[in-house]
Amino acid sequence: MPDKHTQHKSKYTADLMIPGAFEGETVTRRRFMTGTAHTAGAVAAASFALPALGFAIGPIFKQQPHFWEQIGTTEDFPENNYIPVVFTLTQGIGEAGKSTAYVRKHNPAIDTDIYDRHTPYIAISTRCAHLGCPVRWVDAAERFICPCHGGVYDLLGRRVSGPPVRPLDRFPTRVSGDRVELYSGRFSVNSELKRFSPRDPGETLDGIGQYLYPSRPDARKSY
Amino acid sequence: MPKLPKLPAPPLPAALREPPPRPGEGNGDGKGGPLQEAKGAGISVIDWVDERTSLSGGARWMMFRKVPKGTNWFYTLGSATMFVFLSQAVTGVFLAMYYRPEPSGGAYESIRYITNDVFLGQFVRGMHKWGASVMVVLVFLHMGRTFFFGAYKYPRELNWVIGVVLLILTMAMGFTGYLLPFDERAYWATTVGVNINGTGPLIGPFLNDFLRGGPEFGATTLSRFYAIHMLLIPGLMAALIGAHLYLVAKLGTTAPPWIKADQNPELGKTEA
Repeated sequence: MPDKHTQHKSKYTADLMIPGAFEGETVTRRRFMTGTAHTAGAVAAASFALPALGFAIGPIFKQQPHFWEQIGTTEDFPENNYIPVVFTLTQGIGEAGKSTAYVRKHNPAIDTDIYDRHTPYIAISTRCAHLGCPVRWVDAAERFICPCHGGVYDLLGRRVSGPPVRPLDRFPTRVSGDRVELYSGRFSVNSELKRFSPRDPGETLDGIGQYLYPSRPDARKSY
Repeated sequence: MPKLPKLPAPPLPAALREPPPRPGEGNGDGKGGPLQEAKGAGISVIDWVDERTSLSGGARWMMFRKVPKGTNWFYTLGSATMFVFLSQAVTGVFLAMYYRPEPSGGAYESIRYITNDVFLGQFVRGMHKWGASVMVVLVFLHMGRTFFFGAYKYPRELNWVIGVVLLILTMAMGFTGYLLPFDERAYWATTVGVNINGTGPLIGPFLNDFLRGGPEFGATTLSRFYAIHMLLIPGLMAALIGAHLYLVAKLGTTAPPWIKADQNPELGKTEA
């Protein structure tokens, strides 16, 4: 069977002997209508699919609100030991939104790092830097210990042993009158206690880590 | 086709045997008895639908397939997996009638209510909970059968690929469903699981934020997991199971590897 389309090299519909062809017409009405129908279908599908997708991934781009919360008075926290403090990390979900931080007064003898110089109180997050289990401060060992996979951290929250990839996260603090206040927006630190915008557990911040695990628009430092 | 031997009639005394139908009985003209009429009614309904849909052809194509010699009980693992999926779907739909995805206490309370107060609640929830594990076990057994029998080879590679996607979706169902009871185990297991996701470079942190609906476990995390668990993944799985079954019916099943092809002496002569 001869192929109709290879016999005629002309691009004009009139030369192709198509009934009802117009002068200078290159796109048949059948092709035009097919393209129009497909385009209309694509526009209709995109008009509900794209908003739905944006709706689902929208929270990735939205900065989460954080708050200052009073956690005690200036006399409550010693320089050499931690006091556990329960505060609201996420608003509106009751007990599930609460978290614990270990807080002590800034100690010039041990908090010599340049980034800690102006921090009145050191607030260490209990979220393990391995996979997010809650660590606890063991006073006798002077270590933070994670119950899940055996992560161990020292007094400054730096990893001593186990699987964690970076020190424990911290929270900003300030003093208002004789009250100590904690800001619920955490920040992360690398093994030299240099500050970074918050990262999830398991994401290292040493070397190229800060580029492999980029800062996210919904969790930037904003205090 | 050779005429098959007829099954012998049951050894009943003549008085108990059903008499053969009289001519014209049960053809829907109202002359037979009510039993014959009922039989005729069922047939005519099926005929009515079939005349307008031709569904019987598809049903015959799906159900009355030739299977190779040596087909054995291992070939039922796929059907077993599908029936567990159906069980999960049905129990899941009914659990959704009582479940409330509220992180501030409603979720845990609704699970407690289902387990302790609803009639058969503990049973239906138990079927869903244990069925999840059964499904994972069966999926792996089915996958092992396919692998060891070599049933993934040409022309069935695409069905293997669909099966792997179904395996991943099954695991995703297990992961998202684990949070829903919203007890301590659920919360911390999900925390750890989400953070394992986050260790993937470059997209890991963003995938985490998508799953949680924010940078921390938040107000919408539970409802996101619930929607993914009960709407998004089941729909995908049902569609893919349909494609999986279509390909099984289209391509047929394979014989076990220990079944050798029949030796045709004529063919052997021409090759040599």
